[in-house]
Amino acid sequence: MIRSTHLPLIVTLATFVLAYALCAWQYPAMLSLRVVANLLTDNAFLGIVAVGMTFVILSGGIDLSVGSVIAFTGVFLAVVLRDTTMHPLMAFALVLVITSAFGAAMGSIIHYLEMPPFIVTLAGMFLARGAAYVLSTDSVPITHEFYDALQQVYWKTASGGRFRLIGGVMILTFLVGIVVAHRTRFGQNVYALGGGSATSRLMGVPVASTTIGIYAISGGLAGLAGIVFSLYTSAGYSLATVGVELDAIAAVVIGGTLLTGGFGFIAGTFFGILIMGLIQTYIVFDGTLSSWWTKIVIGGLLFAFILLQKGLTWASTARRKAATGFVTPS
Amino acid sequence: MTDERRPMLQAKGISKFFPGTVALDNVELTLHAGEIHALLGENGAGKSTLIKCLTGVYRRDGGMVVLDGTEVDPTSTHHSQTLGIGTVYQEVNLLPNLTVAENLYLGRQPMRGPFVDRRRMNAHARETLRDYGIRIDPAQPLATYSVAIQQVVAIARAVEMSGKVLILDEPTASLDHDEVQLLFSVIRRLKDRGLAVVFITHFLDQVFDICDCATVLRNGQVVGRLDLATASRNDVISLMLGRQLAAQVRAPKPETAGKPLLQIEGLQKTGMLGSFNLDLHEGEVIGLAGLLGSGRTEAANLIFGAVKADQGKLRLRGKDIQVRNPRDAVAHGFALCPEDRKTDGIVGELSVRDNIVLALQARQGWMRKVPRKKVDAIAEHYVRTLDIRLANLDMPIRLLSGGNQQKALLARWLATDPDFLILDEPTRGIDIGAHAEIIALIGRLQQDGMALLVASSEMEELVAYASRVIVLRDRNQVKELTGDEITSENIIRAIAADPRMEVAE
Repeated sequence: MIRSTHLPLIVTLATFVLAYALCAWQYPAMLSLRVVANLLTDNAFLGIVAVGMTFVILSGGIDLSVGSVIAFTGVFLAVVLRDTTMHPLMAFALVLVITSAFGAAMGSIIHYLEMPPFIVTLAGMFLARGAAYVLSTDSVPITHEFYDALQQVYWKTASGGRFRLIGGVMILTFLVGIVVAHRTRFGQNVYALGGGSATSRLMGVPVASTTIGIYAISGGLAGLAGIVFSLYTSAGYSLATVGVELDAIAAVVIGGTLLTGGFGFIAGTFFGILIMGLIQTYIVFDGTLSSWWTKIVIGGLLFAFILLQKGLTWASTARRKAATGFVTPS
Repeated sequence: MTDERRPMLQAKGISKFFPGTVALDNVELTLHAGEIHALLGENGAGKSTLIKCLTGVYRRDGGMVVLDGTEVDPTSTHHSQTLGIGTVYQEVNLLPNLTVAENLYLGRQPMRGPFVDRRRMNAHARETLRDYGIRIDPAQPLATYSVAIQQVVAIARAVEMSGKVLILDEPTASLDHDEVQLLFSVIRRLKDRGLAVVFITHFLDQVFDICDCATVLRNGQVVGRLDLATASRNDVISLMLGRQLAAQVRAPKPETAGKPLLQIEGLQKTGMLGSFNLDLHEGEVIGLAGLLGSGRTEAANLIFGAVKADQGKLRLRGKDIQVRNPRDAVAHGFALCPEDRKTDGIVGELSVRDNIVLALQARQGWMRKVPRKKVDAIAEHYVRTLDIRLANLDMPIRLLSGGNQQKALLARWLATDPDFLILDEPTRGIDIGAHAEIIALIGRLQQDGMALLVASSEMEELVAYASRVIVLRDRNQVKELTGDEITSENIIRAIAADPRMEVAE
């Protein structure tokens, strides 16, 4: 039986399949593995950060800082690799620690000072962006043989498509995210928080550690996305990835997660990302459309999905009145 | 109750202060294993505060708690759960978005390595719930089930979690008779298992039915401990109220009804209420009786326009009127005190004053602000006449106890001076003192010529004040009782006339 909570996921999936079918019908070339490979590569950083965003939104929060954190990570890596002899792996570890701690700090403020996540992460957004500017206002190229080595890691298909390392990192992130969200206690606590934080507290959910953990994950994944983005662009630029947090939120919502928290799936976000990537690819294939059409279509989709969620909420309350399950004890 | 037995839980000298009030003053509570202990008191007496201090929701300002011989200091509900104190609160405190099994096992899921073992969790949940008499699919979200089932799940969760002490804070408030009996059999089993059970309720019958002893609180102090095997109802009530309650509360009923006020013809909505008819006169109190889910609340909401009816005609003083939404209803002089005051009634963060004038202000329109002086006068008037107990008018209404919130809600609608007042379960979850006051108030309003429609699950209450009682069953109007016909037995007979109704809800 299909649960009503699964329905948004199914709709997202159906949307993706339908959209892909339409694209392929118009441009059969879009069926190639090469397109698929590019879809994964081009959206790798967005996908990774959207996993973190899904956790945040599932818990009923929001994280506006991730775009800035990605830019900060890129600039940080570029500057460190330019000015010091630190090995990139060491720099990766360092920046992941920094961004996770940054997220954890925001989570602590949200929890202990009882501040709205919107305001706290808005402040975090300015802070991280500012920190990136302080490191460098120019685009700093990254030239390091380790970067070259990583960029050479790919699996080439017969048709010439290249499944690169960063696409793999994204898929791995999604897989880990799915397991954490649905199979661990932490994941259940995240859903519990989204259902109601006061009730969760009464039920014994460790609200403090869960909240801090959620924002630390979001911050850490933004850091990972930053690493992936630096691999993708081979540079760090403080003006990069402006507004990526909004793309991530859009992907999460199109993926079927309720903005008010409590309902949704990490896997849905994956298809949300793919749908958004698909629209972009279509516009590239078309060649005549302005790239701003991406935004318009995404806006329309978002609106449709919010309507769908509203409809489902309404339908499930209507159904509940009729649901009975009592048997008298014999 | 022998003194040489070591108590399971002993609270000594518990004190708790809130700004402007002493919520608990040197309170003592002793619980023994295998004993069901009633915690009694009026609304605002400090029952809930005491429970919250014991379970770590609030930090106490003084005193100590000894659990099973060791001093404990629960810092959170989670902590008190791990110590062995489980609690079911007045409202169902579960998460509607999680599945039934997830709700049951949140925080202590069966694990396989680092992962939650869902299959085992669902199987356990199914078995556990079967012991409570419900057979449902625990893999479904909790929100798909009725409130009664959610309540049973909440109780099952607390029972499974607490090894030593189980606190039940008005667990029966939303259960019907069969469900209460089911719950009681479970509580008795737990008593045999050696748990110490604290039972808070405002149904005195249930107290005598199941509890062994009682501690009575008044104004934050313990005013007495009773062995219920020897104590009488009057002992309990006089301790709670500090004054003898008249043997029976009975509002005076006028012999003849006033002018016709409102006629309702064929009001109905598919799935909510079958054709509903009512002739209402001024100065008349109509009771709406029926089991949980029989359509009482639905009838109230349809008349008030809170839910749009499929069809039906309303005639007010001989003129046809349209009630499409609560705004229309208010304009026609209707008022509705809803059943669930937490979600449909109070605006928790607003002050008591603002809550009281809310409906009046809404009727005036937002452009014409009610003058501050008038607001104060109205609020103070109702606080005085309805005896709403509060520290000051500026405190957020959510800090008031249930009975006082209910009175403030009544004040809100009385301030609009309605011709027709609908009360949906006006006495749910409030204590016996406030109960008597509200019943007396209904009588006063009736004498002033107001027409009232009161939906209630308490037969005695309806018998006390209703001039007519409409009985609902399975969302249909099945019987109307008038005059001397109105007795508890007749109402119950009308409700139970259909054998299918044995399966309640």
